[in-house]
Formats: sequence, C-alpha cells, structure tokens
Amino acid sequence: MRTRSLFALLVAAALMLGVFGLASAQDAALSGDLEIFSWWTGGGEEAGLNALIARFKEMYPDVNIINSAVAGGSGVNAKAVLTTRMLGGDPPDTFQVHAGAELNSLWVKAGRMEALNDIYEANGWMEQFPAGLLDLVSDDAGNIYSVPVNIHRSNVMWYVPGKLEEWGVTVPATLDEFVNETCPTLQAAGVIPMAIGENWTQSHLWESVALAVLGVEGYNGLWDGTTNWTSPEALAVWDMYGKVLDCGNEDMNALTWQDASKLVADGAAAFNIMGDWAAGYFLVDLALTPNEGFAWAAAPGTDGVFMMLSDTFGLPKGAPHPENARAWLSFLGSAEAQDIFNPLKGSLPANTTADITNAEKYNAYFQSAYEDWTSNVIVGSQRHGAVAPAAFDSGFLNIIAQFQGDRDSTTAAANAAALAIQTGIGG
Amino acid sequence: MDSGLTRDRLIAILMLLPSVILVAIFVYGFIAWTGYTSLTDSNALQQLSGLPAQFIGLKNYNDLFTGGLNLRFRMDMVNTVFFTIMFILVCLAVGMGLAILLDQKIKGEAIFRTIFLFPMALSFVVTGVVWKWLFNPTSGLNVLPTIIGLPAGGFRWFISEERWWPFAWQDVPLILSIIFLGIAIFAALWYWSKRRSQTAALLTALALLLLAWITFGSPRSLSGLNPERPEQHGFNVALIAVVIAAGWQMSGYTMAMYLAGLRGISEELREAARVDGCSELGVYRYVVFPLLAPITLSAMIILGHISLKIFDLVYTIGGGDNLYIDMPGINMFFTTFRSNQFGQGAAIAMLMLIMVAVVIIPYLASQLRSETKL
Repeated sequence: MRTRSLFALLVAAALMLGVFGLASAQDAALSGDLEIFSWWTGGGEEAGLNALIARFKEMYPDVNIINSAVAGGSGVNAKAVLTTRMLGGDPPDTFQVHAGAELNSLWVKAGRMEALNDIYEANGWMEQFPAGLLDLVSDDAGNIYSVPVNIHRSNVMWYVPGKLEEWGVTVPATLDEFVNETCPTLQAAGVIPMAIGENWTQSHLWESVALAVLGVEGYNGLWDGTTNWTSPEALAVWDMYGKVLDCGNEDMNALTWQDASKLVADGAAAFNIMGDWAAGYFLVDLALTPNEGFAWAAAPGTDGVFMMLSDTFGLPKGAPHPENARAWLSFLGSAEAQDIFNPLKGSLPANTTADITNAEKYNAYFQSAYEDWTSNVIVGSQRHGAVAPAAFDSGFLNIIAQFQGDRDSTTAAANAAALAIQTGIGG
Repeated sequence: MDSGLTRDRLIAILMLLPSVILVAIFVYGFIAWTGYTSLTDSNALQQLSGLPAQFIGLKNYNDLFTGGLNLRFRMDMVNTVFFTIMFILVCLAVGMGLAILLDQKIKGEAIFRTIFLFPMALSFVVTGVVWKWLFNPTSGLNVLPTIIGLPAGGFRWFISEERWWPFAWQDVPLILSIIFLGIAIFAALWYWSKRRSQTAALLTALALLLLAWITFGSPRSLSGLNPERPEQHGFNVALIAVVIAAGWQMSGYTMAMYLAGLRGISEELREAARVDGCSELGVYRYVVFPLLAPITLSAMIILGHISLKIFDLVYTIGGGDNLYIDMPGINMFFTTFRSNQFGQGAAIAMLMLIMVAVVIIPYLASQLRSETKL
C-alpha cells in the first residue's frame, strides 16, 4: 500500500514536471548512456574534454558518459574506427569532425547526419555563431549539422623576438622577402630559417604558401574550381614552396610538429609556421611568456587573412541516445562550455558571447587572434579538413611527400590536378 | 573396406565441422569478398549513402601500376623487394653466426640465449620508437663518435633521400624478363648436365623465346607509363635503418631456430668427418650447413612473410608518410581508411596476399608432401 502511494506520488510529480515543462527539470530526467567519440586523447585537448564531461555530469547526473576517444595519427585512427562503425550501423551518439568539407562531403552528403537547427534556434545561436562559420557546417538548404567547439588558426608564424634582433633580421612581410633576404642572412649565420617537421606539417606549410602566392580569391578558387591546378599561378605556388623547403632543416622528416616548434624556442631556428595549438605548447609545455619567450605574426604574405579550422560535434542518424546527444550539443555550444574547453585546449571560442576579454582565461595570443578572427578575411584550411574532402587531403600528403624528394613542380601540379578531379573538387 | 559412415568418422566430421565452417567464412569468405571489392569502385561516400558498388574490372590494379597518383604504391613494391631480401639476409647471417658461437659449449650459454631472444618479446611498435630515437640524425647514434672526440656521423638514417642502383619503373618489365632469362638459361644448363635432354630442350626454347622478345619486342611498353618521363626508383638507403631495427628484433629468433638445428646434428657425424680428415671449417661446409638447409628454408619463409606484411615498425619509425621507407601495408591502410577508397585499398591487400602466397604456398605444399610420405 505504502509503495503504491509512493509510486503514485512519483507519477504525479513526473506528470507535473511534464505539464509545467520546466526545461531544467526535464533535462535532469535524462538517463542512459552518452557515447562521445573523438581523437582528443592527450595534453590540453584531453583536459578540455574531461572538464566538459565533468560539468555535463553535474548538470545531468543520471547520464552515463562513455568517452570513446581513439588515440594516434592526428585523428587517422579515430576516423578509420568511425567509418567502420558508421558503415556497420553502430554510430556513437556524437562524434568529432572538422567543420567544412570533412563534414559535408562525406557525412552530410551521404545523409548520415541529423539537422540541428532546432538546437540552434532554441539557444539563440544563429546570432551567436559567426555566419561564415555556420556556412561551413550547413548544407545549401540551410540545415545545420554540427556544433563548433573551437576555432584554430593555421597561418601563424612563430618566432622569438630577442633572437631575431640578435641575428639582425625582422619578421618578413612577404615570402619573396623571406626566401631572398631573411633566409640567406640566417643561413649565413648558421641558423635554420624555417623549422619544418614531418610530412603533414609540410602540407600545413604548403597551404600558407598557397594562400600567400594565390591570394584569397585564388586560394578559394582551388576548392571551387575557378583556379586551375596546372595554371602558371598554381605552378608558382609549388616553386615558392620548394624555395621555402630549401630554407628548412634537413631532418624535417624525423621531427614532429612539437620538435619543429621547439627548434624555434631553443634558438636553433628562426621561424616556424604552425597552427595556433603551438601557442599552448609554448605556454604550457615550454612555460614561455607571450611576446617575450615567443611571438607570432601571420605567415608571410597572408596578413589580414585568417585561415581557420574548427572542431565540431554532430549527431549521426541512428544514434542510440539522441536525446542525450542533443543535451550534450546544447551544452557544447554554450558560452559556458566554450569557456571551459578553449582555455584548456588553447583555442578560440566559436561562440561570440564567450568571455574572450577575460585575460585569465584567454592569454595574450588569443586576445590578438580573436581580434584577427573578428576583423580578417576568413578562409578554410585544406590540411585540416575545411575545404577539401578527406580523400583529397590524404592523397595530397603523398604529393607533398613526393615533392619533398624530387622538387618537381610540374609533376606535383599535374598530380594535384588529377587528384582534384578524382576526388570531385570544383565539380 | 569400412568406407561407410562409421561412428568414429561421424565424430571426426562433427568435431571438424565448426572450425571448417568458421575458417571457410572468416578466412576464405573474406578473402573472396576482398577480392570482389578490389574489382569495384567501392568508397566510403558510396557505402554510407547506401549505393551499390560499381564493378570496374581490373581498373584499380591498372591504376596502381600505371596511375600518376600511385607512385607511392610503386615505391612500396620496390621497397618491399629490397627490404625483404636484406632483412632475410641479415637475420640469417646474424642468427647463424650467433647460433654457431653459442654452440661452442661456452659458459653461461643460457644467459646469452635469453639475451639474444629478448628483442623478440618486444612488440614492433616499441622497437620502432626506440630505434627512431637512436636513428635521429642529430641526436641519436650519429652523436656517438663525438664521445671519443671524433666528428659526428653524417648518415641520415631513416630520413635519407639517397638512392642506390637507380632504375626507371618503365624498365621493370625489361629487368624482370632478363632475370627470367637468366633463370631459364641456368636451369637449362643444369638439366643438360644431368642429361635430362627433354626438359633441357624445353627450357632452352623458352630462353630463346625470351631472348627474342627482349631483343625485338619491347618489354618497356608493358609498364604502361609514359616512356618520355622515366619514373625513377631504386634502393632507398633509408631502408637500411629499418633493416637494422627489424634485424635486431628477429635475429634472435633465427638464432634459436638454427641452435635447435645445430643441436640436432649428432656429435658422431662431426667426429666422423674429422676422422676423415676434415678441417673444422670443412665440418661446417660439408656436414653442418647442408644439414641446416631445411631450417634455413623455414626461417626464410617465416621472415619473408613478416617482412612482406610489415606495418607497425615502419609506421612508428617513419610516422606513416615517409615514402622512402613506405611499405604496401601502410599504403593499404591509408588508401582504405584515410582516402576512404575501399576498392583500391582492397586491390593493394590482394596484391599483398598474392606476394605472401608466392612465398608460403610452395612451402606448405612441400610440407604437405613430406607429411603424406610419412
């Protein structure tokens, strides 16, 4: 009798909550599993993800979070597992994917993603996220398919100000200045002008060179088909890229990106072009002070342009716990979540209402990067999945590796053109 | 006589059935499925969209051998051949040497045996990471000479871009047919000397045909690449680093095989040879080595299939995209799961299977024959 009345009370309470439709109470009723799939398994990324999960756990204590992060290969292994699971009809509740072509040309095109417009509208995010960024995660019909967590910049050049003075060089404004003046001066002084790492960091360098040589319109044209891959301009990209490689360290293929950045911090090399995750490496791992132990500028010839990439999370069709995933995504896009995650990972918040001016959360680099983000021309990064499908990015690494060996611009340009056709770019 | 279904036989069949079915599905069924996939244009977008894969015949294979974008695959092929040969030679030589030394009834043999076998206990990933550090041209082994005041070594190990014995891919058919010609002539001479004139005549005819084809026809046209732009290949010196790392790991194992073989050779046989006036070297030359031949064959087969399928060691040393030490296994993984081209990835997998089969099947066949003889 007593248990029955208790049960009735519970039912009544549940009904009341339902009737009043209290959002928080409704959310608190969420239970079951939530599987989050990513390749964030180390350093600040992992710390950021764990902090997000901890906060989410406070909000929804009954949801059991499964952190299915797959380590290694800057996401290669994770993407292989994800593809297999999606094909096998076993999608996670939500997964990490780069904004842009990596999301659109595979998952969205195959119709495997749920539109998230309702979440955006319910949270008023249409006004809070930059329109250009939303374009990258939407289809032509205006359906939005993922929630951006952060913004990274690809075309950043790192250096140590005191060292440059010592060697008598200044930050080059153009690539011509770099290869013709800065580079010979530094080489004569026995300093490596440009610290370069393994294959993918060379591809990363290539996109900054391409942007500098082709300009914004020409660079964007590579991806929409208006710039011919075998045109003289595109050939000039490879020629210039070859000259920059000639200013690099000989053991580039043996170094990770951290090794390459460390060459700059150690004073063995003058410059390093790497995404702004390097800021986190300089600040946290090497404990350097911004503007003193390390400083930054846009890659030569790309001033005023912000080449971006963004990590986002989406909701695959057939996810076992879509309600939990929606709660997670609603949280992920909020200013609160972005302010938890980004200072730890070392990236800019994608949500413009985030507390960016807070110097305790966002250091000097990110203050200046945010200014650029809001004032510069925005283009997407090729290496990091924003403008070209995964098939192109993967094949392009082979072209980069081949070019590193033979320095044959004509072959590289012809191969890139063939690869673009094969992977449906500009078509 | 008792060809009927006896109780014994029924039980035997029932016992075998589960494993036969499992192997049929999960080994041969999947090989067949991979083979079929390699003949289609299957890719991630198509499969995720629920579209059927289009049958495109041998196009994937054709692309691998002649496509401008598949230089990587052709480099892999060249690398695999050089790596396999060098890896087997190093392991056999070092393994045999260690085994002979240990066989001299030295003190503490068990300790040395364990030490030499130890690297086998490590995974290739661990070996790869350790050797990657050792081979780093600016901070690894190259620094060693500076301890005693010598200049640091200049060899760039696994990132070397040097190439020895360069040849163009367009010449590969020519090189292969010359090798076949050599084998045919050698075999013909051998059969003539054995006075088996029928076989010898056949081989001579084959050799003449090959010779005519090489002189008049042009095997070069078989390569399918533009003859105007020779595609340079060769022995990539960076492979030496991988051979050392892999040899370090597998030599101990080869040693153990040889040691077992050496222990199987009775002391009486050696004594008899010595009594007949054989020098100590002669004992090895005429008694020990011939008796070790079957061990050498087994070792070659085991090492051969390891080297043809190698993935983890090269992946950890080279970081995945160092083409100078790249192997088909890595290319297969990237083509399938990074480029999302399942069809072409399956084609690489099938070619790897064929290469391994060429090594393994004659061995299995000879094993089977000797077993049925017993």
